[in-house]
Parts: sequence; C-alpha cells; structure tokens
Amino acid sequence: MLAKRIIPCLDVRDGKVVKGVNFQGIREVGDPVECAEEYNSQGADEIVFYDITASHEGRGVFLDVVRETAKRVFVPLTVGGGIKTVDDIREALRAGADKVSVNSQAVQNPQLIKDGADIFGSQCICLGVDAKKTKSDGWTVFINGGRIDMQLDLIDWVKKAEQLGAGEICLNSIDTDGVRGGFDIPMLKEVVNAVKIPVIASGGAGKLSDFADAFLQTDCSAALAASLFHFKELTVSDVKTDCRSKGIIVR
Amino acid sequence: MIAIIDYGAGNIFSVKNALEHLGIDAKLTSDKSEIATADGMILPGVGAFGFAMEKLQESGLADIIKEQSTKKPLLGICLGMQLLFDKSYEFGEHEGLGLIHGYVDKIVAPDLVVPHMGWNKLEKQNICPMLENIGDESYVYFVHSYKAFCDDDSIAAYCEYGGKVPALVYDGKYVYGAQFHPEKSGDTGLAMLKSFAKICKEV
Repeated sequence: MLAKRIIPCLDVRDGKVVKGVNFQGIREVGDPVECAEEYNSQGADEIVFYDITASHEGRGVFLDVVRETAKRVFVPLTVGGGIKTVDDIREALRAGADKVSVNSQAVQNPQLIKDGADIFGSQCICLGVDAKKTKSDGWTVFINGGRIDMQLDLIDWVKKAEQLGAGEICLNSIDTDGVRGGFDIPMLKEVVNAVKIPVIASGGAGKLSDFADAFLQTDCSAALAASLFHFKELTVSDVKTDCRSKGIIVR
Repeated sequence: MIAIIDYGAGNIFSVKNALEHLGIDAKLTSDKSEIATADGMILPGVGAFGFAMEKLQESGLADIIKEQSTKKPLLGICLGMQLLFDKSYEFGEHEGLGLIHGYVDKIVAPDLVVPHMGWNKLEKQNICPMLENIGDESYVYFVHSYKAFCDDDSIAAYCEYGGKVPALVYDGKYVYGAQFHPEKSGDTGLAMLKSFAKICKEV
C-alpha cells in the first residue's frame, strides 16, 4: 500500500525561492538548496522546483540549484517551468531531477508529452495544469502562469494527456491558489475520477487539516504546498502527524 | 571503484551523488576498460526499455555488462533492474540482457493507480546480502509502470501493489536489481547502497 505523499514546492527565480499570491505580488523567501534540505529533514516525500525565471541566464542558475540540491537531498526531485522540448527534459534529468512537470508548453504542443514519455518513460512526465472554474458545470485550462484562458475543458485535457503518456497530474486550482482556504475539492474529485494516473492536489493549503481533508474526501495521491511551508507556519512532519492520527498512511 | 554505466538514459547523477555522500568511490562511465577494471557495476536508468536497450547494444555496453556480471557485482536500478531480465513488453517486445530469468510487463491493477509511484513497504522473501541492515518496517521509493515477472527464488524482497511487485531481485551470485530507487529512498536506500559497496569490495 502506498503512503500518501506530502510535497513542498519551491518557486525559484534567479536562484532564490520566491512566492506570489494569486500569481501576483512576488516576494523572495530564501535559499532553495537550504529550503530543500530543511524539507528533507522534516520528512518531505518529494520536492518540486518550479522555475519562474524568464531569462536564459536565469535558467542556468536554476539548473545549478537543482544540481546542488541533488548532492545533498536524497528524495525525489521534480522540475517544472521552462520545459519546452525533449532536450529541456533531458537537461533537467541530467541536472538531477527525477521527473519534469510540463504545463503551458504541453497545452500548446501536446506532442511534447508523447515524445517525452516515449524517450524517458511516462513515469517521469508530470502534467502540470492550472485550471479555473469558468462555467457553471466545469473548469478550463489556463497557461502562462494563469494568465491566458485556453478555453480548453479541464477534463478533456487531462484525459488526453493521460492518453498521450503523462504519468501523473499536478492539479493547481487558480481559484484556491494563494487563498489558503483549502484545496479545491470539487475540481480534484472530478479529475481523480476522470483519470487513472496519480493526481497531486495543489493550490490552497492554509491550515493543518486541509491536507487530511484532501486525502479523506478524494482519492488524490499527494498534496503539494508552498507558502505554508516556506513561512514556517507548518512543517511537513506536523502535516504527517495529523494525517496519521486520522488513519491516513504516510511514511 | 564502482562503475556507474552511462548510456544516455535518464537520471544517473543521483546515484553518483548518493555514493559520494556515503564516501564510496564511483565513476560515471561508458568506457569499457574502466568497467572491466571496476570492483562493481551499477546500471541505472529512468525511461523506456526499448530505447535504453538500443543504446546499450549500439555502444557495445550490453556485451561488456553481460561478460563482467559473471565476475563482479552488478546492481540494476529501476529500468536498470528491468533490463536484467530476458525481455520486456514496454512499447512493443524488446530483448533484455537475460541475466535473470523472467520478463517485464505492464502492472495490471484495475483498482489502483499506475504508475506505481511513491513510497511502499518492503516485504522480505529470500536472504540477500543487500538486505542485511534493513528493518522490517522499511519504505522505499518506487516510480514505475512496468514490473518484473519472475520465479520467487529470484526475489529477495517485494512489495504489495495489486499483487506482488518484485522490489529487490538477486541471482544468488553477482546480479542484483532494485525496482525502487535506493538513491531516492532516504536512509533505507543509502544503507542498501552501502551494503552493495561492501559486497563489491569483498569480491
């Protein structure tokens, strides 16, 4: 039986961890390698690095961060942001990432999912999705950091991505992201029911019980959070202790 | 020195990082003479079976691995473990290294999510030197959609995921295979790599 995973996410810009609220108002919160080491010691099951750098130089710095972390932290690392080609995937894996997360580029070029899965295996292709409730009966997919509505139905998209070979879905709700009112349970339920691959809940964790609620109310495989852990309001071990007390299997 | 075989498929640096962290001499290499003089070999791999096997055959590394695995310890990790078997049915049918009898095919677990991704508990089946310092409540990290189908005799430890999933296989002599990632499995994984390095020194 698999343990439910607790995944801290680090948004990295120019070699620093940053955090925005509702995709706006970014501020720096620390050194990514040190943050990753701290999360590792707290019992993080996996760590996600998300590159929000726009420049070519910034990309090099970002990959150095991944490389350095991989020398000190021995849990799985996922890299997202800036993955546009098969070569980008290869470069991230060679820097020490175990998985990559593709988001906007996969929407614009779904073949990237298939090519990545064919060469590196489905298990290292995670589809990152930013979605928002835009109609009474559903959600649509947004790209470019939640700025552009592709008017693509969320459920159609995750099903297609699964067929193309995505091995996992990291589902971020734009509606709940940064709001700290809990994960988007209705959206999560729909996606978990639509696909067989693991779904990671993302966006909205604000308090201890939000994690257990996501695991108890949906069949998601993991829960991801950024600011809650960055600002040291909670530790990964706090979350695991709470989950364990509610009968959820964690490592 | 342990030769970590570099054939251009996936995350190989994490294995080296873990060995370095443990103070074990290891080198990423595709050089046949270096592989031939090493104390042991690690065959890593993340990715697709057919693509990896093609790379190993094109480069001639498949032959040297087969030859050297009769003389010194070999540890296949994840895809590297799957490559030890006779064949795989991942995206078509592909021949493997044939060092352990059995085949690799998709995990069929109708009520469970595939890939089998995450931390799962090891259940010991047979005595294996790599399990010497491993406790009964040990979790290790898996990421795979395909699994080995082989005789129980070859299984040192397994985990439960819609049936039995061979986790650590062993031919009783020099060939070891870990379906999980010891280099990503915290202290449990590091302890197993340490045991493997000790085995290499003793040969």
